[in-house]
Amino acid sequence: MFEEYLNLAVKAIFIENMALTFFLGMCSFLAVSKKVETAIGLGLAVIFVLTVTVPANNLIQTYLLNEGALAWISPEFAGVDLTFLNLLCFIGTIAAMVQLVEMTTDRFFPALHATLGIFLPLIAVNCAILGGSLFMVERDYDFGESVVFGLGNGIGWFLAVVALASIRERLRYSNVPHGLRGLGMTFVITGLMAFGFMAFGGIQL
Amino acid sequence: MAVKKSEAALDPLFNNNPIALQVLGICSALAVTTKMETSVVMCAAVIGVLTLSNLTISLLRHQIPNSIRIIVQLTVIASLVIVTDQILKAYVFEISKQLSVFVGLIITNCIIMGRAEAFAMQNPPSLAILDGIGNGIGYSAILMVTAFLRELFGSGKLYGYTVLPTVSEGGWYLPNGLMLLSPAAFFIIGGLIWALRVYKPAQVEMDG
Repeated sequence: MFEEYLNLAVKAIFIENMALTFFLGMCSFLAVSKKVETAIGLGLAVIFVLTVTVPANNLIQTYLLNEGALAWISPEFAGVDLTFLNLLCFIGTIAAMVQLVEMTTDRFFPALHATLGIFLPLIAVNCAILGGSLFMVERDYDFGESVVFGLGNGIGWFLAVVALASIRERLRYSNVPHGLRGLGMTFVITGLMAFGFMAFGGIQL
Repeated sequence: MAVKKSEAALDPLFNNNPIALQVLGICSALAVTTKMETSVVMCAAVIGVLTLSNLTISLLRHQIPNSIRIIVQLTVIASLVIVTDQILKAYVFEISKQLSVFVGLIITNCIIMGRAEAFAMQNPPSLAILDGIGNGIGYSAILMVTAFLRELFGSGKLYGYTVLPTVSEGGWYLPNGLMLLSPAAFFIIGGLIWALRVYKPAQVEMDG
């Protein structure tokens, strides 16, 4: 049991890294990676929101949306299949969770809120978050697995964005060709990092 | 009228390209470009959703209260994406399988949110439609060029037809496997941005 979870976590963090193999959350990934500090802030927020939303969406999918899932209300609903509504429900959950996280941190952890504050609204439209939920549905994870999957994905994204930000900070001292400065160079670096992460590709646990 | 019609539609192609300059919608741009076929479907879906969402939000712009606008925008976009997803599943099932979660991810494609927020909320419907089409095409242009290069050099094919016969099928072309892997997409788009900025030097970032 434990081994299975560990396996899944390693897979989510390294082998199938959200940012570098599926290109999810790229927009904020490229936009916020100018400084290590902000990258850490956004990374932490992503870990947190993913860990909360993937299991929450798992429950919604299992008990409300799947075919026959509504049977627990009354047997009449056993034939109802609401799967097509999952996009709408997931994005609603994510937006609501983000709002909730923002209010909770504001009330109880003001210092954390000051660091994460501006990033939280950004996260609602970060595709890594919605992507996590959609992959969870596509691969039929159960509740326990979805907790591990969400957490693992978050950590993977965090590592990738902090690594990229560190490289970009160092890049200030190098002489990049004129037209390639900024965004162009960031793309090339991300490509090279994706190469690095591909080294994990063959690992079987 | 603040923005001219032709500008609304043509600016996003080179002057203000959503991918190369606004850094929007990159997530989905990279993952679907290994083949031209999937990219065409993806582009069509994005242009459709973007145009309709811009139109809807522009029509509703006086009714949407400012404090809950993000959730209203997301609901409009999500409904459009669900419709698109169902249409794709009905008519091009094979391709919709290959696109897997990326159709759903159009919702969080920042181009759509970004244009709704930055343009459709302030402009009348006719301009918003043109802006939607323009940005959709600007996005598609980058996607198609990337897909063209990746499919041609990665598997010697274009749109599924063999152009360069590969060695394994008795031809002469040794396919470049790198092109089919994810890093290639980054290199190609990085290169495209470089090319665009050599052509339009005003877009160069000085501090980067």
